[in-house]
Amino acid sequence: MLALIGTVPDKDFPLVSGSVALKGGSLSLDGREISVNRGTPALIAATCVACKGLGLSTPLCFVVGDEGLGKGSRRLYAYLKDQLPATDVQVVTFHYLQPDVDWHNRVLLALEEKGQLPLLIADAGYMYAAKMSGFASCYDLFTPDLGELSFLADEMAPHPFYTRGFILHEEGNVPDLIKRAFEGENAAKTLLIKGSKDYICTKEKILGTVDTPHVPALEPIGGTGDTLTGIVAALTYAGYPVAEAATIAARVNRLAGALANPTPATQVADVVKKIPEALESVLEEIVKDGDGACAAKKYA
Amino acid sequence: MTFKLFKRKEKTTPLTKGKSPDRGFLAFANTSEVIKAESLIKEKGWRVRVMGPPPELRTGCDLVIEFPLVEQLNILRLLEENKLTPLEVVPVDDPLLKPVDLFKTTDYGQYLMVRAANMKLTIDKETLQIVNVSGGGCPDVPYLGAILVGKDLQEAPPPREVGHTLCGYALQLAYEEIKRQCSL
Repeated sequence: MLALIGTVPDKDFPLVSGSVALKGGSLSLDGREISVNRGTPALIAATCVACKGLGLSTPLCFVVGDEGLGKGSRRLYAYLKDQLPATDVQVVTFHYLQPDVDWHNRVLLALEEKGQLPLLIADAGYMYAAKMSGFASCYDLFTPDLGELSFLADEMAPHPFYTRGFILHEEGNVPDLIKRAFEGENAAKTLLIKGSKDYICTKEKILGTVDTPHVPALEPIGGTGDTLTGIVAALTYAGYPVAEAATIAARVNRLAGALANPTPATQVADVVKKIPEALESVLEEIVKDGDGACAAKKYA
Repeated sequence: MTFKLFKRKEKTTPLTKGKSPDRGFLAFANTSEVIKAESLIKEKGWRVRVMGPPPELRTGCDLVIEFPLVEQLNILRLLEENKLTPLEVVPVDDPLLKPVDLFKTTDYGQYLMVRAANMKLTIDKETLQIVNVSGGGCPDVPYLGAILVGKDLQEAPPPREVGHTLCGYALQLAYEEIKRQCSL
């Protein structure tokens, strides 16, 4: 089972867990409709279409309303601590939750007490909490963008807002930021760094990069990072090793973006619609090429 | 609390060594303001405590309020509404840290994007309409996106008025920078 965990921007949305269905432009969860836009709804939508394309069961979602006050997030943390270890989850993706180190640690401890941890992916606010907790290396994958990578690289920063200025948030500086993040033990076992060039790396080395198709208009579109995380979650659930799943996901997300023919004003729902076609195309290419490494550029 | 399977790195051990990586300090001009602020914040349900300040913050008052750092924007708005302005707002673990002040601007021809820390704001240069909000990780980011996207930059509420977290605060900086670049 694949679990997706996050929030929706509606303070009145109750805490809900269950399977989700994607109908047109919205998600249906426990009889409630959620608009697919940026954030966790975009992650869920992308994961759903990717799971369908891979012939997998739909993900189990844990969602609550939270507009940023943190009340919904804390209810969800408490629920996860009690309920998540009892589920048969193999992959868990944590997403937009109010960063809270204490609650993060309680959830991680509850999972750890069950025995072997499931494969853990963290993005957005949960990734911030995981970094601050000192337990980043318990996670299998983080999916930061460049600003968030700078935060991981700054061992002092409690949030990206406080990343120190001398840690340059520039594309050309990515290898140094990666090195700092791993040396400070503020990175997961694998990082998928989202940017004009996507990097897939472990503590040992940068495994590869993906930079085609190059679609600059994707960066301003809110939710394109969320769709990438959703696709990689589905691929790991399908059994792909994490780094390979990250490489395939980067290619699929870029291709879906290109197929949507976007401008900076495009909304992410238009990208989600193209994921099935992009996933099929990339997987066909991999089979055709017989390339187990998924055609990521090897990093020199 | 100890973890059996995995080792936590040495430098951040909030549960075992009293470190507080996700907490901040509010420093005020006098004790009276500290007491008023503490009451106000507690009334709204936040978990805060009054403490002695670290050496870096010993500027006037001998007390500070420790608060959840990520909710800085929301707490500052509450204080401002009640005419209480802290002298300083800083992270507990390193009071010398300052908010990010670097901006990255990308010109897409018809569109302009400004990034501040982890938040990006994009407008249509001709109409000044906000066309996208991206980046960030706190739960008010999707909420801010829903409120701001489609609005005219001059009429949209500033993110600090409707956001709640440090991501909302970073978006405010991007908003101010893009307005500055558009001479608004």
